[in-house]
This record gives sequence, structure tokens and C-alpha cells, in this order.
Amino acid sequence: MHMADALISPVTGGAMWAATAGLISYCSKKVKDDLDDTKIPLMGVMGAFIFAAQMINFTIPATGSSGHLGGGLILSIILGPYAAFLTIASVLTVQALFFADGGILALGCNIFNLGFFPCFIAFPLIYKKIAGDNPTQGKIIAGSLISGIAGLQLGALSVVLQTLFSGISELPFTTFILMMLPIHLAIGIVEGLATAAVVVFVFKARPEILRSASEATPIGNISVKTVIIGFLGLAVITGGALSWFASSRPDGLEWSMAKTSGSEELKEPSNHIHEALSGVQKKTAFLPDYGFKEPALENTKEKIGEETPAVEGQESWPAVNAGTSVSGIVGGTLTLALAVMIGFVLKRKKY
Amino acid sequence: MAKLDSQLFHIDALDELASGNSVFHNLDPRAKLVTTLVFIGTVVSFGKYEVSALIPFAIYPLVLISVGGLPFFYLAERVLLVAPFAFFIGILNPFFDQTIMVHLGSVSLSGGWISFFSIMLRFLLTVGSALVLIALTGFHAVCMGLEKLGVPRPFVVQLLFLYRYLFVLIDEASRMIRAKSLRTFHSRGTKIRTFGSMLGHLLLRTLDRAQRIHLAMCCRGFDGHVRLICPLKIGWKETIFVLGWVLLFFSMRFYHISEHLGLMIMRNIV
Repeated sequence: MHMADALISPVTGGAMWAATAGLISYCSKKVKDDLDDTKIPLMGVMGAFIFAAQMINFTIPATGSSGHLGGGLILSIILGPYAAFLTIASVLTVQALFFADGGILALGCNIFNLGFFPCFIAFPLIYKKIAGDNPTQGKIIAGSLISGIAGLQLGALSVVLQTLFSGISELPFTTFILMMLPIHLAIGIVEGLATAAVVVFVFKARPEILRSASEATPIGNISVKTVIIGFLGLAVITGGALSWFASSRPDGLEWSMAKTSGSEELKEPSNHIHEALSGVQKKTAFLPDYGFKEPALENTKEKIGEETPAVEGQESWPAVNAGTSVSGIVGGTLTLALAVMIGFVLKRKKY
Repeated sequence: MAKLDSQLFHIDALDELASGNSVFHNLDPRAKLVTTLVFIGTVVSFGKYEVSALIPFAIYPLVLISVGGLPFFYLAERVLLVAPFAFFIGILNPFFDQTIMVHLGSVSLSGGWISFFSIMLRFLLTVGSALVLIALTGFHAVCMGLEKLGVPRPFVVQLLFLYRYLFVLIDEASRMIRAKSLRTFHSRGTKIRTFGSMLGHLLLRTLDRAQRIHLAMCCRGFDGHVRLICPLKIGWKETIFVLGWVLLFFSMRFYHISEHLGLMIMRNIV
């Protein structure tokens, strides 16, 4: 469920970075203001605990596969949402940097998907409401299970939306969502069960840990209102970023709207640059019409047949035709070779 | 078991590379962080059917690897280890986008394949540059750079703590797994009750450890601030590094090197 850099656009990545950065600084402030400094090493070691915990698997009955702990929910239960969000953010950062799980640009998306939903939605609005101040084993299990599922479903939905807005993957919205939600229902159940198993153990062995955790943190009074206001704020940020994108590059938003309506027609923002460049190229080149002309024509004809606005037809497809593609491949291979050579030359210089 | 241990070894190895000595190793971490961010941003800003224009960008990780004396194949292996996610999402593109966009003689390529190649290329470039960043800089220095760039201090301290205790707790969990494996005659399954009790114990130990660490830190006068012995500074080397690369990235973004080179070659051949 980790988003990868390769699948997101800079705008989506940037917007999610902004949202996540806001949340991190808000949580940092909260942790600094509200908590005693015993929490500092506790958060750090709990982050490491999540890594270690992911090494221990349990067998899922009747399937032959195994599951492990995800993290966001158990951290919220032990640390409270603010400290838990910082902790899960740090876990994901280390994963992005060392295991290249996700990516640096996608880090904002990942922290949001795997941190925000369990810590600020599933935990306060579901787990707290079910388990309450006087937890019993049954309440803990029910609470963990339901909030585990809810957290992961929301996260999966968010992955789908981010992918959709980025427009790199061709997956249609419905197909993608039908693929992601059932998978994450299963993962959510596993996450809920794993969390419940650990929390029930702690509840039996050292119940005071759960009690002191929920008392020491200001999670009891996080209201639905705060969450909704936060959501609105994020919507405004994201919407603002998107509309800025839309106004500077009208293709982007139109494209994503066309995408949801199932239409095939799409244009690339970079086409303009290509057009401009190929225009310059035509003027300066010795053999301006060099290229594999016939296939290129066929190509445009096919496209015109498919498209409704025929006026746009030829204009919108100059980016990829056979001539430029072949030269792209030749040139690409050459530049790669050049890059490798530069690498080798620099290496030799060193010794 | 071997798998776990080797994974641990891997985290270590990546950070150890950072103790090397080269022009790029010695740069201020902020310079490398900012440049890598600009690099990733530029790479992902291309349209989704772009393949050849992405190739010149390979120069950034390649130059850093060769000047920094990093082991190329080791890093390549790390990148390929995490390839499956991008691969499986990307490989669906050819099925959904079957518009023929390119003809190469008798072979025709659909838009889906082109965007798939584009995804894989982006993946290699972005993941590669992130790993190179850590291998050239080291985690501690990256954290310090982050703090100087304005990331909230509690978060930076959190990252440092997490990294410090990662190894300790991974060791502890491996010992637990080994012990359980020996006592169950290497049976592979774990019931959820056993799982709960194992993890629960690990959690209790973790909490106790956190308390001990906190007391020890208080005794040593910790005030929530991690101090550095060697101060960070941005000098002319850093400025040249950042400006040089950023200029190169932007010119490669707007000037299509591969295509122009290819056209030139084709013209001369024909």
C-alpha cells in the first residue's frame, strides 16, 4: 500500500507533502506542549518496535498465508494520536530512505495514508468510542478490528484517489477501487486482529500502561469537530493546489475529469513544450520532414477517427510519432551510454 | 532467519558507505538533500508517455555513484528488491491503454507499454537517487540537514531515536523468533495467541527500555536537543553543487537531449 514516486505527479506529491508537513508540525507542537519528556525516548523506541514487530508473523487460519502488525493503530493506543502520528511518520521516513519503500516524493502520501487515518480517524472516532475508558477484552477486540478495517479502507481509498489525480497509471477508477478495497479489507482484518492480540496481552499483563497512556495524552477530548475542521482545511489546501495547477496547465484537471468519466481522450501537459520544440526543430533542420511519415499519418488518421473534436486531432498528437520515437530511442541509448561513460571517466580520475 | 539477518546487514551497509571520503561525501547534507528533491521533482514532472527524455537524468545518480566510489551493483540490487510494487501497478497500463502510438517498422507499441516503460524508468531514477543520498550522506547527517531546513525538532529527534534503537529491537525480535523456532521444532506457523504474547512481551520490554533510556538521558542532562560536534555550513562547494545540478536538471527538462541527438545521428546516417 506504499505509494511509489513513479506513480504520482509532482502536484499530488507536493500537496500531500504540504498536508503532511502541516500535520507533523502541528503534532510536534502538541507533543512539545502537552507531554512530559518521558515521551521522547518512548516514541523513538516504539518506532523501532514497529520495525521489529513486523518481523514476527502469525498464521492466518485456513489460508496458509501470514500477517503482521501494521503499526498506526497500536501506536495510537499506546502513545495517543499526536505522538503516534510522529512515530509512524518517522517509521515511514526510514522505510523510504533505507528500504526505498515508497519514495521521497511519495512520502507525504504514505504518511498521510498510513498515519492520518489510523491516528486521527480510526482511533479517536472508532476505537475510543468502542473501548472507552473501561476497556474489556471484548471491547478491545471489537474496537481494534473495526478501526483496523476502517483505517485501512480509508487509506486504500486515498491511494486510489492520489493515483487517479496523478494520472500516471492507466487504471480506471472503478477497477482500481474494486481491486484495492477488498484486498485492504483482508489486510484491515489482519491488522485489527494483530493489534487486538497485542493490546489484549498488555491489558491482561500490565493494564496500567493502557490507562496511563490514555490519561497522559489529550486524546480523550479530541472531538469530531476538530477532525472535520482539519479535513476541511486539507480539502482547501489540496483544492487550492489543484486549481492552481488547473489554471496554469488547463490540461491537468480536464484530464483527470475526463478520466473519471471514462473517456479515453487525453493530452499531456508536456506536449506544448514538444510542440514548441518540434516547431523550432522544423525551422532549423536540414531535412525538416525527415521521419517515418506514413505510419505517422496513419497514426493521426486513426486518432481522428476516434476523436470527436476533429479540429484538435492533428495538433494534439505531434508528441509521439514514429520519426521522433525512433530518434528518441537512438538518442536515448546514446545519452545513457554517455552518462555511463561520464561516470567511468570520473571514476578513473579518482584513482 | 538468514533473511532477517541479511536485511539487518543491509541497513548497516548502506549507512557504512556514508563513512567514505569523497568530494560529495564531504558536502553539507542540506545541499545533497535539496538537489535530490529537485531531481525527483523534475523526473516525475514529465508527461506519462515520456521515455527518452528521462534517460539523460541517469547522469545524476551515476555521477554521484562513481565520484563517491559507491558499489554500483549493490545499490542496483537494493533498487530491484523493491521494484515489484511499481511493476505490478505499471504492468496494468498496457491492458488499459491499447492505443497504438508508435510504429517501429512492423512492430507497433501501444501507449500503455510506453507509459509502463516510463513508470519503470521513473522508479529506477527516483529510488536510485534516494538510496544514493543515504549512501553518500548517512542517516545522522540527513537528520541534521532536515533540522536545519526547518523540520520540527521533535520529529528529527524522533528519527534519530528510531534509528538508534532499530538495531537493538531488531536483534531482540530475532532472538525471540529464534527461541520460538527452536522450542517448536522449527514449525512455521504461529497461532495468533502466541503472536499476541510474543509481541506483547516485546512491547513491554520496549516500554521498560524506554524508561531506562529516559532516566539515563536525564542523568546526562538531555534537554530535548541533540547537539552536533561538527557544525554544518554552506560554502562555495555546496553552492556550485546545487546550482550546477539544478541548472542541468532544468535544461534537460526543457531541452530534449536524447531526441535531438537521435535526430542528428539519423540525419547523418540516411
